Amino acid sequence: MSDTHAQTVAFVRHTEIPPAPPPPGQTGAVKWMRENLFSGPFNTIMTLLGVYIVYTLVVGIFPWIANGVWGVDNIRECREITQGNGGACFAVIEQRWQQLLFGFEYPSSEYWRPTFAFVLLFVAVAPVLFLNLPRIMLAFTGIYPFLAYFLIWGGTILIPITALLGFVVGYFAFRRLERNSFAAGLFGAVAAALITWWVTGFLVQAAPNFLALPEVASRNMGGFMLNMILGTVCVSLSLPIGIALALGRQSHMPIIKWICVIFIEFIRGVPLITLLFVANVVLAYFFPPETSLDLILRVIIMITMFSSAYIAEVIRGGLAALPRGQYEAADSLGLDYAQATRLIIMPQALKISIPGIVNVAVGLFKDTTLVSVISMFDLVGMIRGPILSSTDWAGVYWELWAFASVLFFVVCYGISQYSQWLERKLQTGHR
Amino acid sequence: MNETAAMQVSDEVAIDIQGMNKWYGTFHVLRDIDLTVFRGERIVICGPSGSGKSTLIRCINALEEHQQGSITVDGTLLSSDLKNIDTIRSEVGMCFQHFNLFPHLTILENCTLAPIWVRKTPKKEAEETAMHFLEKVKIPDQALKYPGQLSGGQQQRVAIARSLCMRPRIMLFDEPTSALDPEMIKEVLDTMIELAEEGMTMLCVTHEMGFARQVANRVIFMDAGQIVEQNEPEEFFNNPKSERTQLFLSQILGH
Ligand SMILES: Nc1ncnc2c1ncn2[C@@H]1O[C@H](COP(=O)(O)OP(=O)(O)OP(=O)(O)O)[C@@H](O)[C@H]1O
Ligand SMILES: [Mg+2]
Repeated sequence: MSDTHAQTVAFVRHTEIPPAPPPPGQTGAVKWMRENLFSGPFNTIMTLLGVYIVYTLVVGIFPWIANGVWGVDNIRECREITQGNGGACFAVIEQRWQQLLFGFEYPSSEYWRPTFAFVLLFVAVAPVLFLNLPRIMLAFTGIYPFLAYFLIWGGTILIPITALLGFVVGYFAFRRLERNSFAAGLFGAVAAALITWWVTGFLVQAAPNFLALPEVASRNMGGFMLNMILGTVCVSLSLPIGIALALGRQSHMPIIKWICVIFIEFIRGVPLITLLFVANVVLAYFFPPETSLDLILRVIIMITMFSSAYIAEVIRGGLAALPRGQYEAADSLGLDYAQATRLIIMPQALKISIPGIVNVAVGLFKDTTLVSVISMFDLVGMIRGPILSSTDWAGVYWELWAFASVLFFVVCYGISQYSQWLERKLQTGHR
Repeated sequence: MNETAAMQVSDEVAIDIQGMNKWYGTFHVLRDIDLTVFRGERIVICGPSGSGKSTLIRCINALEEHQQGSITVDGTLLSSDLKNIDTIRSEVGMCFQHFNLFPHLTILENCTLAPIWVRKTPKKEAEETAMHFLEKVKIPDQALKYPGQLSGGQQQRVAIARSLCMRPRIMLFDEPTSALDPEMIKEVLDTMIELAEEGMTMLCVTHEMGFARQVANRVIFMDAGQIVEQNEPEEFFNNPKSERTQLFLSQILGH
């Protein structure tokens, strides 16, 4: 049969036909565009309109950036060069970036200190943000606030060390007394810490220059550094306070419950800017004049109060979303309130609350620019005040505000990307 | 009467409820409940919806507070004393209709959590115990998954294993199969039957009458917050005394 095959069949193909490409318009760019951009008269109009808007923006902004002027000393020289070509005057950023970042009174020889603190910040938050890093790194996170204080404010190293010591002593006192009762532990811890600070206070007074960095006063802090200090400190303080408030609001003890409710509702009913004015003017009356509670500290207290009330409400939403069965299962296994809260309730409630918390954190970080209203020279305060009112750079609005926007955008976008990553990571199947 | 029902009931009292009353606000949910459960007994509680079955067994491990009367579990009087409540809860395991597994923890972590934190068992030992009980409910291979990745029947068996890891002396079940598809009911019931055969003291709220016939040595019928009738399963099903029981049984066995 097989040898007759060649004779009976007129034609035998010896090669395979190569697969033909699908006809144009079925795949690729054309198909995609037809389906997504021109699928109907309305979509076509919208597409064309969109293209036109993007085109106008690019045509408008491109010469501004491309013809931007660097390396001149003031706005007049700048305007001479850019005459007619619409270029930006980026020289202002080149000239004043140090002021924009650190404020105009932070000694320039010490810029390395906040910069170093900024770099270390990443090391300190890493184990908090990425749970798979070794837990030992948390020790550095614990030390970081004191280290950063020492770097940024300077003075003798004894101050942060004794402050840390007070916390450590308080912690151990708590661990010892906690076995009797939680209240005893708390009270003992506070007492132990206060005594430690009081005693070591003499040490600090005796050796005020021991291993000291040049001191920088709070009123000399400024620029983006000030926004970063306020943002980091307030977010990290308001998260635990917010959790405590949210739990307090659910408490069965009426007094605790009402204190939390009143605090939250009061703070939420007041604009942040009023609280900042209170911090600036009124709060000073509550303390004896010689204590002269630092303005930054007062502002931190106010912003923290403000954001912790919001975070408390976000977390309360997360708590309310948990089915009652979770509490009951924890109870029926014999877990006590603290264990159930820490191991079962909070991890789930926080997970649900991540988008809300990030929302508050990002909003809070941007709201730190409000301190410019009470004449602190943060990034916005620097631009509005010293830079725009200098004879050299009066009138360079766009470049400066664009610079400020980019700085804030980078940080906020980073936070938001992190939170989305975290949400995906914590996804453990449907509930 | 089959052999499982005949075994291992001692005269040691496991749970003793005397003159217990409970109100939700002004609503009288449980009325004058008297119930004595001996060690090794398997009790099935049934009754129409809203009759207070869940409330009764939830009072036993203090998930609900009772206002009158006394509940004694393993010799510990249930009062508002938190120490006693904790003692009782670590003696009594409970399975819920909706499993109530912890969705953010793996199956293994679900099972080791309470032994590690409540019993202070070393982690390694707790994991060994957990694997032992997961094997017993026939899902050791799922140990590293999350509850959301398991079927309903598997989840309920994990919930049983989770309770067993605390080595309870009494198990409470609140309609453990009523949220499950029919084909999954059997796997959960088999696990419970096995548990009964090992002599666990069990109180089950369930409408699985086949299960009641096979393993229970007492069936309790509740209506309107009262224990209306209790008897051995054969007697209970073939010869119900009260009219309400007859009506209930005709409805539930009728189809
Ligand atoms: N938290 C509560 N507050 C007020 N009333 C309640 C509460 N929980 C239950 N009840 C009421 O108490 C009664 C008994 O409820 P329970 O859940 O014990 O019934 P059940 O016998 O388990 O019913 P089912 O078979 O539907 O589960 C019902 O009428 C119910 O409406
Ligand atoms: Mg029920």
